[in-house]
Amino acid sequence: MAQMAAAGFSFLQRGRFQQLFDVLQEAGYRCVGPRVTDGAILYDTVTKVEDLPQAVRDRQAPGHYRLESSKSELYFAWANGPQALKPLVFKPRETLWQCQAQPSRGLQFETVPPEAPATAVIGVRACDLAALRLQDRHFIHGPVVDPAYLARRRNLFLVAVNCTHPADTCFCRSTGDGPQVTNGFDLLLSEIDAGFVIEARTDQGVDVLGRLPTEGATAKQLEAARQPIARGAQAQTRRFPTRNLRDTLLSNLDHPRWQQVAERCLSCGNCTAVCPTCFCHSEGDEPTLDGSRSEHYRQWGSCFTRTHSYIHGLVIRGDTRLRYRQWLTHKLGTWHEQYGRSGCVGCGRCISWCPVGIDLTEEIAAICASAADA
Amino acid sequence: MPSSETFYQAEPYTLHEAEIVERLQESPTIFTLRLRFTDPGIRSAYRFAPGQFNMVYLYGVGEIPISIVSDPEDPFLLDHTIRTVGRVTRGMDRLQAGDRLGVRGPYGRGWPLDKAGGRDVILVTGGLGCAPLVSVINYIIRRREQYGRFVLMQGVKHSDELLWRGKYERWSRMPDTQVMLAADVAGSNWPWLVGRVTALLEQVSIDPMNCIVMMCGPEIMMRTAIENLLQRGVPEEVIWLSMERNMQCGTGHCGHCQLAGKFVCRDGPVFCYQDVKAFLGKKGF
Repeated sequence: MAQMAAAGFSFLQRGRFQQLFDVLQEAGYRCVGPRVTDGAILYDTVTKVEDLPQAVRDRQAPGHYRLESSKSELYFAWANGPQALKPLVFKPRETLWQCQAQPSRGLQFETVPPEAPATAVIGVRACDLAALRLQDRHFIHGPVVDPAYLARRRNLFLVAVNCTHPADTCFCRSTGDGPQVTNGFDLLLSEIDAGFVIEARTDQGVDVLGRLPTEGATAKQLEAARQPIARGAQAQTRRFPTRNLRDTLLSNLDHPRWQQVAERCLSCGNCTAVCPTCFCHSEGDEPTLDGSRSEHYRQWGSCFTRTHSYIHGLVIRGDTRLRYRQWLTHKLGTWHEQYGRSGCVGCGRCISWCPVGIDLTEEIAAICASAADA
Repeated sequence: MPSSETFYQAEPYTLHEAEIVERLQESPTIFTLRLRFTDPGIRSAYRFAPGQFNMVYLYGVGEIPISIVSDPEDPFLLDHTIRTVGRVTRGMDRLQAGDRLGVRGPYGRGWPLDKAGGRDVILVTGGLGCAPLVSVINYIIRRREQYGRFVLMQGVKHSDELLWRGKYERWSRMPDTQVMLAADVAGSNWPWLVGRVTALLEQVSIDPMNCIVMMCGPEIMMRTAIENLLQRGVPEEVIWLSMERNMQCGTGHCGHCQLAGKFVCRDGPVFCYQDVKAFLGKKGF
């Protein structure tokens, strides 16, 4: 029985999903997607559908992340792993330039061209796209453009997938960043039992879609795709104030809650490592053993370290209370001043991957509940 | 001529080799390196504004932000005055004329000289905080007639630490220029005040509606001085200060220098008091 196709949406049958990988690889992209690695879902090179997680789902809670098997045949019936897109554009460590010492006392500097292979990411979540937009603002839309970030960002092809199985730690509905993907993608997939409803947003996306053996999506398929997204959104229980918290937080720097959270916080920096928007990094030098060459690198840093705020003999944030307060007042407060919105996209990673299970939604609720007026 | 802003933006991670033309020992722990880019093309393209800084690189060890002390009218020779405190500065201390460093910059926003015309200019500096203002002094002295009274206040912990004594003596002979020095602890041959730089403020008359104040030094010193100035009716918007925070990139990306919502390396290091007053002296910022 013929069904009316819904305008703008295509449908790819489950059995043909491998074709997406093939088309992308033929177009010269390295495909990166979710894989079950060391008990978590990590983004890594994928070449075939069998590489994707299947029949697994994640259980997340404060300080807790476990994969469990499920009966579902779906590839994307899980929320997220510790990584977002951040390591693909802002590398955990990279050499920026190097210097060669000449026998004549001279120094010869060379910028190290960034590695920026054309990369197609399959399985990008709405929260991760929101975070990518923030990292874009920081690294390429400010007064100085970061060439390494820009090179990799330009070479990204983003295949987003609507999120149908948020974890208990997720609160993207509350921050307004998900679970429905609305923009910032090349292709958008919605997974249903029979396959994928697909929408293309960019010229490259249209091009890739045109090479796939799709048919028009039916209204029934669209409805089947829509429902689990809405259910996933409803299932989220954590809430977060969406208003600009800058003034509230900065007027409550002496709130007793900062001391309470500091007594639990290990100042380990896990939250900043898994946060998809944290951008702090440190620079350093590594000379070769023979001393003829030195590499200048940058690597992810964290405001939870002592060295982060060091200036000649003085540490501005010497204790955990000041460091946690710095992280949260920046992420949820002064971020508005810098980037026009909060730095939190509701992915919940900092909650799951905190070894002591600190939940920023609880901390912020406690501070706001008994806040002195801004 | 490219502006200092566009000079580095095209390639933020490109360093240029500079040769130490001269090394001056200013005090037992403070020295000045006079640098010149070895590439003539860079030399002629490079411009800076008073109050801006360079990232200066010691081979194999690392980079540090250092303000440019010399005269912006002569960007061919760049003076950087450095105190030996850490790993990089200790290594730089051992360099001699002919040695090479890497330089990228200039970075940051400098002093608001465009707002100083016709006004009395009051500089309040402590310790090595005088360095970022030396280029302002040179700038004003070259255009002395464009400004009102010129008051230079500099404080040091011990009188032995006063740099540029000869320069201060020379500057004090400029027309309508008042040089006021203070040392917390004074040795012999110290004709100036024994006490804090902020005590100098008590001794000077200020026309609050026709002055501009620029300060640099320890934050506690700047806060005390600001308190005095505000009490005397100096408006917040004419008080400017240079802030110091950990800086590694110079481009507003690495995040270390954040002062609440500001990136000190990019939005500063020179700020109007109004823009930073909420966080000045606040523990943790």
